[in-house]
Amino acid sequence: MIYREAGDFKTSYRDDGQTFPIRLDRWGYYAVLAVAFGIIPFLINDYWASAVFVPLLIYAIAALGLNILTGYAGQVSLGTGGFMAVGAYSVYKLMTAFPEISIVIHILLAGGITALVGVLFGLPSLRIKGFYLAVATLAAQFFLVWLFNKVPWFYNYSASGQINAPERTLLGHAVTGPATSAPAKYLICLVFAFVLAWVARNLTRGTLGRKWMAIRDMDIAAEIIGVNPLTAKLSAFAVSSFFVGIAGALLFAVYLGAAEVGEAFGINKSFLVLFMIIIGGLGSIFGSFAGAAFMVLLPVLLKNVLVGSFGWPTNLAAHIELMIVGALIVFFLIVEPHGLARLWALTKEKLRLWPFPH
Amino acid sequence: MTRMQTQSQSQSQAPLPAQDGHVTADGRQIGGVMMEMKNITLRFGGVVAIKDISFDIRQGEIRAIIGPNGAGKSSMLNVISGFYHPQEGEVWFKGYRRGPMKPYEVARLGIARTFQNIALFDGMSVLDNIMTGRLNRMKSGFLAQALWWGPAEREENLNREAVEKIIDFLEIQNIRKTPVGRLPYGLKKRVELARALAAEPQLLLLDEPMAGMNVEEKEDMSRFILDVNDEFGTTIALIEHDMGVVMDLSDRVVVMDYGRKIGDGTPDEVRSNQDVIDAYLGVAHD
Ligand SMILES: Nc1ncnc2c1ncn2[C@@H]1O[C@H](COP(=O)(O)OP(=O)(O)O)[C@@H](O)[C@H]1O
Ligand SMILES: [Mg+2]
Repeated sequence: MIYREAGDFKTSYRDDGQTFPIRLDRWGYYAVLAVAFGIIPFLINDYWASAVFVPLLIYAIAALGLNILTGYAGQVSLGTGGFMAVGAYSVYKLMTAFPEISIVIHILLAGGITALVGVLFGLPSLRIKGFYLAVATLAAQFFLVWLFNKVPWFYNYSASGQINAPERTLLGHAVTGPATSAPAKYLICLVFAFVLAWVARNLTRGTLGRKWMAIRDMDIAAEIIGVNPLTAKLSAFAVSSFFVGIAGALLFAVYLGAAEVGEAFGINKSFLVLFMIIIGGLGSIFGSFAGAAFMVLLPVLLKNVLVGSFGWPTNLAAHIELMIVGALIVFFLIVEPHGLARLWALTKEKLRLWPFPH
Repeated sequence: MTRMQTQSQSQSQAPLPAQDGHVTADGRQIGGVMMEMKNITLRFGGVVAIKDISFDIRQGEIRAIIGPNGAGKSSMLNVISGFYHPQEGEVWFKGYRRGPMKPYEVARLGIARTFQNIALFDGMSVLDNIMTGRLNRMKSGFLAQALWWGPAEREENLNREAVEKIIDFLEIQNIRKTPVGRLPYGLKKRVELARALAAEPQLLLLDEPMAGMNVEEKEDMSRFILDVNDEFGTTIALIEHDMGVVMDLSDRVVVMDYGRKIGDGTPDEVRSNQDVIDAYLGVAHD
């Protein structure tokens, strides 16, 4: 009974519909926010920023995006890497073409451009489902990488074929470019992740979210209650790609600083983000963060423990990482499609009743 | 149950008059023609599922469609709700001829339905399933939703109130938050009815709402159907196998067999029709 909802009565539909109906959850959420905004920025150094927090936040945004499409709307996509590339190249073109405009606007616009591209590649979903849709999005992935490689305009005709983020400042602090401090990188990603997670939560709890889930669970029944499958699916592609595009823009501009499309946004990225939502939990905001944290932290942990403490060779640690991830994917796909988020909910359900099992 | 008896008695004494509008013995208002099917023919390749059938549904009545398995009853509902498009014939709704429509467009006309094989959203709670029934009434824009702005939240709460009334009406308060996938069959049927009612439809189509239920569940469901018709004035077209139930519930009955219409009238007229007795009542059915 440590964790309880008894005595926590809801007296209005507004209270009943809130994000964290249980008081303890609400406190936990505020505590996490307080640490994330009030403590970490003062302690963070380059190692923690680049090894853990910045990639975690950026991938959490990408996972949120893919989760909206796959977890909530039921449309499979293997094109995440390609859509991240659209975000990255959009922000690069905007940054270099309009240096006087705020980077925040550029990042948002990059999301908007990716949303349009996402809708375009989402059109086949009106005709095909499941495996065939996955193959179609895979084609999008390869096409987009090919496009950004082949057309020099996208990388401003640079000799290396790479794109490099110039320095841009926000409120007087550099947020892109080599001079960016660890707290600045962390904070810009944190603000984007926080706001986007809140937006994702709002969208999924309301009308649009119910339309997406209706299409996911049974498209025939969705139509009979008046859901137009065309707008429902394409809006999922648009919102999802908006998120993924912003993640790509941040990954390039804030985290990597320089990128080559095949390396930074290849098919591996698509799978990485897909694994995050499978492990974290399909159709869960919390799960998107949990999955991103897991996939970012696992290699760091293995490297520190196996290589650092036990002195094992690095490539062995990498193999073990692959095996663990593979086994977990199989486990979650077969046993618990709602991932870590569901396991967490189950634990809470147990705690709620503890110490009385019934 | 007493009302059901008076109703079937009343029908034997006073068959439907031909002119528009009358009041049944139990005080319900039956109006003019709401929906009219004219010479509908529907084929699947070589199979003729519906052959030149015409009938109408009047405002405020409970209209039953009966017939043996494979007679084409579900196909007829699918024509009404826009899943199937007949090769021949016309569909008229509230005085207008309806062109070929998509199911979601039909839904927006105020026609809701349930399916023979339950079609709920298994990944969502009972409450969310029923809330989906009101999607067409929720108009707040994308930005308002994304920011959970005043209008979006107000709209959510208003519609939640309406849904809670239906939850009370169908007596499913205690399963509100349960994922639909975990419910037993009988309750799923009830939740599906709740979702259809949430749309506040003018015409409600029920495809075998009582199939596979035990006697008690059937009685509950019959009561709900009558109450919906009575309290909200909802026009209902339902497919049902159980003759007893049909006789008790419906104002008028269409009888189908092998895609043809072989009878149409009050339950008592239909019951005494020789074609119907030969084709349907003589045949074993569940
Ligand atoms: N989608 C379809 N494709 C092919 N044949 C169909 C389809 N739907 C129904 N039918 C056929 O139409 C006939 C009537 O079926 P149905 O309307 O389901 O009957 P009922 O509901 O009266 O049992 C059957 O012969 C059935 O096989
Ligand atoms: Mg049928």
